[in-house]
Amino acid sequence: MSFVIAGYQLAPAAPEIVLAIGAMALLMLGAYRGQGTTSAVTALAVVLLVVVGVLEYMLPAGKHVTFGGSFIVDDFARFMKILALIGSAVTLILSTEFLSDPSRRIFEYSILVLLSTLGMMVLISAGDLISLYLGLELMSLALYVVAASNRDNAKSTEAGLKYFVLGALSSGMLLYGASLIYGFTGTVSFTGIAAAATISNVGLLFGLVFLLVGLCFKVSAVPFHMWTPDVYEGAPTPVTAFFASAPKVAALAVFTRVTLTAFPGIVSQWQQILVFVSIASMALGSFAAIGQSNIKRLMAYSSIGHMGFALVGLASGTVEGAQGVLMYIVIYVAMTLGSFSIILAMRRNGQAVEQISDFAGLSRTNPLLAFMFAMLLFSLAGIPPLAGFFAKWYVFVAAIKANLFTLAVIGVLTSVVGAYYYLAIVKTMYFDEPAGQVDPVRVEVKTVLAVFGMFNILFALFAGPVVSVASAAAKSLF
Amino acid sequence: MTTWPILSVTTFLPLVGALIVYLSRGDDEAAKRNSRWIALWTTLITFAVSVILVMRFDPSNPDFQFVEKANWLATGITYHMGVDGISLPLVILTTAVMPFCIIASWKAITNRVREYMMAFLILETLMIGTFSALDLVLFYLFFEGGLIPMFLIIGVWGGPRRVYASFKFFLYTLLGSVLMLLAIMALYWNGGTTDIPTLMHTAVPRSLQTWAWLAFFASFAVKMPMWPVHTWLPDAHVEAPTAGSVVLAAIMLKMGGYGFLRFSLPMFPLASHDFAPLMFTLSAIAIIYTSLVALMQEDMKKLIAYSSVAHMGFVTMGIFAGTMQGVAGGVFQMISHGIVSGALFLCVGVVYDRLHTREIAAYGGLVNRMPLYAMTFMVFTMANVGLPGTSGFVGEFMTLLGTFKVSIPTAFFASFGVILSAAYALWLYRKVVFGALVKPSLASMKDLTLRECVILFPMIALTILFGVYPKPVLDMSAASVQQLVNNYNTAVTAVKAAALLQ
Repeated sequence: MSFVIAGYQLAPAAPEIVLAIGAMALLMLGAYRGQGTTSAVTALAVVLLVVVGVLEYMLPAGKHVTFGGSFIVDDFARFMKILALIGSAVTLILSTEFLSDPSRRIFEYSILVLLSTLGMMVLISAGDLISLYLGLELMSLALYVVAASNRDNAKSTEAGLKYFVLGALSSGMLLYGASLIYGFTGTVSFTGIAAAATISNVGLLFGLVFLLVGLCFKVSAVPFHMWTPDVYEGAPTPVTAFFASAPKVAALAVFTRVTLTAFPGIVSQWQQILVFVSIASMALGSFAAIGQSNIKRLMAYSSIGHMGFALVGLASGTVEGAQGVLMYIVIYVAMTLGSFSIILAMRRNGQAVEQISDFAGLSRTNPLLAFMFAMLLFSLAGIPPLAGFFAKWYVFVAAIKANLFTLAVIGVLTSVVGAYYYLAIVKTMYFDEPAGQVDPVRVEVKTVLAVFGMFNILFALFAGPVVSVASAAAKSLF
Repeated sequence: MTTWPILSVTTFLPLVGALIVYLSRGDDEAAKRNSRWIALWTTLITFAVSVILVMRFDPSNPDFQFVEKANWLATGITYHMGVDGISLPLVILTTAVMPFCIIASWKAITNRVREYMMAFLILETLMIGTFSALDLVLFYLFFEGGLIPMFLIIGVWGGPRRVYASFKFFLYTLLGSVLMLLAIMALYWNGGTTDIPTLMHTAVPRSLQTWAWLAFFASFAVKMPMWPVHTWLPDAHVEAPTAGSVVLAAIMLKMGGYGFLRFSLPMFPLASHDFAPLMFTLSAIAIIYTSLVALMQEDMKKLIAYSSVAHMGFVTMGIFAGTMQGVAGGVFQMISHGIVSGALFLCVGVVYDRLHTREIAAYGGLVNRMPLYAMTFMVFTMANVGLPGTSGFVGEFMTLLGTFKVSIPTAFFASFGVILSAAYALWLYRKVVFGALVKPSLASMKDLTLRECVILFPMIALTILFGVYPKPVLDMSAASVQQLVNNYNTAVTAVKAAALLQ
């Protein structure tokens, strides 16, 4: 059985098509039945994401290319898409509390998350510059609106506006870069660019730089990170959890695919850019986080640092490096979702608390929560035997193989600096006197925390299968 | 012969105990008592299992025994465990010291007992794992994982400056270890595996040897600790609860020495040979300088901490002498120091529990009220000094003997350490135990309780036993040490011969 439209196979894009139709159906449901359907729409959206994930998993193995090369489904794409879908679904589950408030009963929220996820899937599968831009904009435009979804809150609105203005600027740069690349190679497809790319093609290099700027903005790598702390702090916490997980997966995926499949011939050119960007991100992420007192801002700097670490793998430009990026992003998503479920669980008298000092003595008022968070923080710091260590292992092992010794040494040293501020939170929770009781934790938050907390603690036990899947996915790029 | 994975059972038994402690909910007195007993029985059973290891161990076989291997991460990184004559004594030391730590905390720890016991049991698993891992990644996992429980032990149950001490401990050690991690990665690409026995037989290029040696050195020198990166140790010791100090001094410091023996010498023999003068210099400085610093201390724990640094200087000196006596002496000194320094910290804990101060000046004339304590403390002071007849003498003598063959100046300067250690140890003993009992706060001091006798008397027995009859430990390690020394000398001679030919 095959679906063909205008000569193009539709089967590889079936999950995306289902997601698009499903999102529109839910939009109709919400539009006709009003805001009362918010919780139903959210639940259905989660189901839809799960269905799409299953479809993606059931696609026949191997590499499928359709729409004249602009849409690629390979092991790498499948891996990243399922990860992004998990991120989105979990975020929606974590958003139930936020959406239950009468003043915030907005069913559009879930629809926007779905559309943004659709954008991510297109982005991950992009095989040329056009579909790349299409996916990126679909993802980003939905994100801008979601950031401002807490309409009556000045900070949330500010976050949305700031994200939009800076995001538009970066999109412009990316588009400019894309147009230069097209102009100097005469093609938009990644394989075509790879064939035409040479070091002597200066115009192409200019285009490459602008393209990388746009991508760096999306993964919030230094020096294009400025929006991150403000947006993370201003956006509602479930939205921040969303920003920190799924879009990062998609952006990193396209980053990997573009550099490795469109510019494999000029590795030395983009490698130096990536080495700089990753060192700067790791250093800023570590040092700037030290002074933070708001946990969401701290997580923003932490995510900047983590993107720096992930880019270490990419900078090596090898199949091991791609595998490192995949391992890193899986573990990063798990750690981030776990951490944000704890931040969401931190409520006193019905109010969310976000200051690090609010965590004081948590080990006595809620030992389990404190223990899980401590383990997540040690993991974020990269201390074995927790998951975060394996993430760092696979990116740095690739860097060592690619002889990027300076990068590796600076990287591990900044991870020691980073350990300081994670330890400072553990200290607040374990060594300080309690700052008062925390409200009982909602069951959906508890569930998410249990899943990702245990994943993090027990990762060493089932690391083997994850490594083989990541290794197969990485090989599909080469 | 062995049908069950005895080494893994020893390693992970404490973890099971920690889970049981976790499941015994509650915060009342009964729950506290329960968690204490569960922890004690877990450590005792672990010790019993480790005794089976000793009984089944074949001392004439220099290779790894009780080997277990299972797939773990893909491509050359496996779950590989095993012990030889160098690691088995350290495993036994760990399992033997832990029950004492639990008993020592019986009365001293009254808040958050459950978490305390869990932290210690998890720490025990990680420490045993460090000594029995035969894969570099697995080793690193256990080695670094130990930081987490120790950080919490110092930070939650420590003294007034516990936050500073715990951060310093954690970050200092982490900084050294991440560099080692990079070296492990380089070795992985060089040999295609992180399997330790395989890597021992894999040739490492000279330049990589130098860099990898330095990276491993960064980690182990901090852990050991060697002068000048020892400064975290006095802080950590002073602030840690008694049992935490015991674990630090008796076991965790040995990880550094073990690392040098397991990795630096066999895997990078040429670099080890090149850097031996550096190690000799640092060891000699450590022995003399920290002994002098110990003389100036006003805090009992700090004094013992500095003396630990000095004694570890003998270990590094002996190891890098690369002679049979030196290396065997280094192994023995580690075991001996594990018992003696652990016992000394327990002795400090005894009076600290009564008076809640570690100021040397606050004590004096304890012999009048506490004759048993005075006797006990004396045995360990003498062992610390290295008096013949105690275990401290054997280790120091053998390392000096081994070094003398290689570097006479180092042995000459290190000998001063013996004199200086007598000076500070006897000075401490005189200030605390002798003299007239004039301070009113000391008038009501009680002698050792039964619980404290149970902890300290077996250690006295071991100290004296190993002092007059060190054969059990030396025999256990002899074959493995011999093989290590032979391989090291062969590698060094081969290079020297090649250099002569050119």
